Amino acid sequence: MTMGTANQPLPSPTSSKPVGPPAKLRAIDLNFYYGTYKALHNISLEVPTNQITALIGPSGCGKSTFLRTLNRISETIRNTRVEGQVLLDDEDVLQVDVTLLRRRVGMVFQKSNPFPKSIFDNVAYGLKVNGFRGSLAEAVEHSLKRAALWEEVKDKLQKSAYALSGGQQQRLCIARALAVDPEVLLLDEPCSALDPIATAKIEDLLFTLKDQCTIVIVTHNMQQAARVADRTGFFLLGKLIEYNTTEIIFKTPTKQETEDYITGRFG
Amino acid sequence: MTFRNRWRKILSHVMLSLTGVCAVVAVSLLFVILGYLVYTGWRAIDWNFFTQTPKPPGETGGGMANAILGSLEIVLFGTIVGLPVGFMAGIYLSEFGGKTFAALVRYTADLLNGVPSIIIGIFAWSVVVKHTHQFSGMAGGFALGLILIPITARSTEQFMSTVPQTLREGALALGASRWKMIATVVVPAAYRGIATGMILGVARIAGETAPLIFTSGDNQHHSTFWNEPTLTLPLAIYLRGTAPYEDWHRQAFAAGMVLLFMVLFANVAARLVLSRGITVQK
Repeated sequence: MTMGTANQPLPSPTSSKPVGPPAKLRAIDLNFYYGTYKALHNISLEVPTNQITALIGPSGCGKSTFLRTLNRISETIRNTRVEGQVLLDDEDVLQVDVTLLRRRVGMVFQKSNPFPKSIFDNVAYGLKVNGFRGSLAEAVEHSLKRAALWEEVKDKLQKSAYALSGGQQQRLCIARALAVDPEVLLLDEPCSALDPIATAKIEDLLFTLKDQCTIVIVTHNMQQAARVADRTGFFLLGKLIEYNTTEIIFKTPTKQETEDYITGRFG
Repeated sequence: MTFRNRWRKILSHVMLSLTGVCAVVAVSLLFVILGYLVYTGWRAIDWNFFTQTPKPPGETGGGMANAILGSLEIVLFGTIVGLPVGFMAGIYLSEFGGKTFAALVRYTADLLNGVPSIIIGIFAWSVVVKHTHQFSGMAGGFALGLILIPITARSTEQFMSTVPQTLREGALALGASRWKMIATVVVPAAYRGIATGMILGVARIAGETAPLIFTSGDNQHHSTFWNEPTLTLPLAIYLRGTAPYEDWHRQAFAAGMVLLFMVLFANVAARLVLSRGITVQK
């Protein structure tokens, strides 16, 4: 998928714009509450299949909260409530069995979180809990290759995952998420703790992955969004201010807030 | 200003010295107690102590094979009763507990931990001894098991709470159920702490005396655990130590030393467990 095709707007029930890639995920009037605090206000957003969608915005704007509603990991926090719908292939995620949903919608977190197990067992974990039958060794190798980590770890698969560097750990977490072959991969500021070289490796990786899965990435780094994303959404104070192709968001945003943020005029 | 500075320096030195002196007093007292016990116990102990049962009052010789065996049986039974319940309750508190109910359970557990153990003894007496009409090893083990439950629950909970939330989310995000996540990620990540807490808990009940006075009782011979009074090391120390026979005093010290080394062994084992395996990355 190139930037050219990504420039076409998505189909949506309320618009008559030309048809682009079909939506993999679709949020409709999504509201989210931490207790009585409303963190998301009527978010409606469509994530096109096999593209990279970036969500940007200042800290606390709700972009991570939004990401976490997509695989319902937000439910692990007590006393939260969601209103509205999230559709995965037109199926309400609330109606899908949550373990099945998370198998289809993988996630990589801000801070790399390998389990205190060997490199091999980390990658095999998702396969094991999902009752994988077949060659674990092959599946682990395949996932590590997809995450561009295989060459660096193939001789120390039984070593602790904690022996790896920060960037390697994050790619291990990506390999772990890829092992269960998710249709969507959610990344929550995956490079915020990494140096530019490790960051570049992960960005390259995202390009190779998007042929096989749909990617949503939350990032603080606007250059990163501009580099990797086909579409970009700008969040501010729990609202989706603007959502369009990355080119439009960064070159000719229609909203004043977006332009102010992009140009660093506030924040 | 200089006076004030000097005064602050003097005060600082005095307080520092005071804490140092108190630390020395605390440690030396400990060493005096342990040294005396080992010194006296070492001279009193012999092979017979481990192999023979007590001789009739007044006669010298004999041993405490029955008390050693009794202690092991009762502590084992207490562990079987208390450890799984405490462990599971700890998991509940850490992972599933709602706000009010978990707080209630936690408060109750802390309260139970603070209750004098003789109260637990009375309870075990009224629940087991009163109905079976006799002291027994089982009654004592039951009492010790009850003591172990809140200790294990709280220590398990505390160590599981130190496992970063991000690990739980990582497992859930891969499609693990909550129980699978706990069993395959949280417990393994915390197992060294949990195991240490368990070993220290078992060491604690191994030294309990008060709840055994009217549950497992005294016996000069080997006994059937289920339905006969069963002598234990802590109670043997009390009974021999307060008896009017010189040779029994000797045996009380020997028993004290054996008990000390059993607890010491448990502590060392706990530290060994603690120093191995993969640590959770902070």
